[in-house]
Amino acid sequence: MAKVQSSERAFRTVDVDLYSEDNYKEEFDNEVDTGTTDNNQITSLLNANKNAEALKLFLSGSPLGHKDPAEKKTALELAIRILMATKVGQIEKAVADLDNDSRDILMKFIYKGFEVPSDGSSAHLLLWHEKIFDVNGIGSVVRVLTDKKRA
Amino acid sequence: MTTIHKFGATPISCHAWSGNRSELALSHNSKDVTLYNAKGQGWEKTAVLDQHDLRVTGIDWAPTTNRIVTCSSDRNAYVWVKGPDGQWKYTLVLLRINRAATCVRWSPEENKFAVGSGAKIISVCYYEKDNDWWVAKHIKKPLKSTITSIDWHPNNILLAAGSSDFKVRVYSGFIKEIEPKPSATPWGARMPMGNLMTEFSNSPNGGGWVHAVSFSPDGSKLAWAGHDSSISVADAANDMLVMKLKTNLLPMCSLTWIRPNTIAAAGHNCVPYTFIVESDAVKLGSAMEEDKKKESSGKTSAMDLFKNKDKLGQNELETKLNFTHQKQIAEIRIVGGQKGDVDTFSTCSLDGKIVVWNLKTLAGQMKGLKI
Repeated sequence: MAKVQSSERAFRTVDVDLYSEDNYKEEFDNEVDTGTTDNNQITSLLNANKNAEALKLFLSGSPLGHKDPAEKKTALELAIRILMATKVGQIEKAVADLDNDSRDILMKFIYKGFEVPSDGSSAHLLLWHEKIFDVNGIGSVVRVLTDKKRA
Repeated sequence: MTTIHKFGATPISCHAWSGNRSELALSHNSKDVTLYNAKGQGWEKTAVLDQHDLRVTGIDWAPTTNRIVTCSSDRNAYVWVKGPDGQWKYTLVLLRINRAATCVRWSPEENKFAVGSGAKIISVCYYEKDNDWWVAKHIKKPLKSTITSIDWHPNNILLAAGSSDFKVRVYSGFIKEIEPKPSATPWGARMPMGNLMTEFSNSPNGGGWVHAVSFSPDGSKLAWAGHDSSISVADAANDMLVMKLKTNLLPMCSLTWIRPNTIAAAGHNCVPYTFIVESDAVKLGSAMEEDKKKESSGKTSAMDLFKNKDKLGQNELETKLNFTHQKQIAEIRIVGGQKGDVDTFSTCSLDGKIVVWNLKTLAGQMKGLKI
């Protein structure tokens, strides 16, 4: 048997799958993270009981699509805080004050809040859910499921 | 007014009408295409085209040349021509794709057709007389995912493709062997084969497969329906402005232009909706059907009420939808008139029905109908 030189065996170390055309490369979002709205400002508004304004400020600061898990967590915690702080009677007005895109973003946070429940949170979130659903309909729920940028 | 045609209880995945609208081709989500001839009030089965090995995914019937093209998951397309003896003869078209074909459309002049596939390729096929066969030319770049829907521009050259990578693209499908060079359009001036003219993303949030695309009757606007329950219209004449409407409804699966500025779309809501396109926005028109609430009849309802409460735990068993279609609508096709000036259109659905909607009588019946 002829001896195979190690240089001839080098081709066996090539990973053919890497060079296959079929590999789908997920498009990377080359977007700058703009989610640095002043969290302090939002917290101060909350402390002053200006819940609806805190909500508007939070939602307008593009809180979705954070890549850093720590940032994601802070955004979610802030969202839950605002939602829980709003009293039952104020929810409807707060929802009416927002525009359609903000309501869609809020819906995404509500579903994320359902995923990590705390004591009594789900019932309150359900109220929020109902109010947004009355305005934006089932389309907002579909967008929670289809949009790539998640809460 | 709607005319309901029932074809059993199995889902109808795609359908196409013949040029004179007396014949109908449809597929029940299987590998066969059944042809029906209108006979009196009903339909008479005339032929079964069963050359495909796997599920038929698209049918298109060319009105003038009377040719049917079918494409299927078996990576093939067949062109069917009716012989003088009334039998349909098939010709296999080699698409040269290695994944399923998903949708097929004849071009407006019917000298070529485009097939979208899961192989990230659009095959534009034309007839070569010398060898008596259909040749496929590929559009590959920069498709990254399955093509879900295709529509031709009225100029017979440009092609819009919606894809599952959340984008809509306009390509040139110019075949220099069979047609003269096209003149410039709002979509661009240079149109070599396979050239990407423009690309639109369905949503800044990234999501939602594109289910259906359709050029406006004059070709200057392009409408598409996304899975994020949105309808978008891009206006080439207005500097590629994209107007998007995020609806409160479930996603639409198919759409077409019924007036120069009105779109009819249908999908998971089981009823067609109209959308009005204004100069800078798309607005929801109305549903084509009113929610028919069942009326309970006097005396027996009290007894039925308690009977149902006991048996079912609810007041009434509401399993029937209050619309004509009971399941989602798969396709909309124009029957009477043409794009932009439609009198009647048909919808096929997963409940086995094809319903023909007559816009004139509907407008008379429904006060709230906005066209």
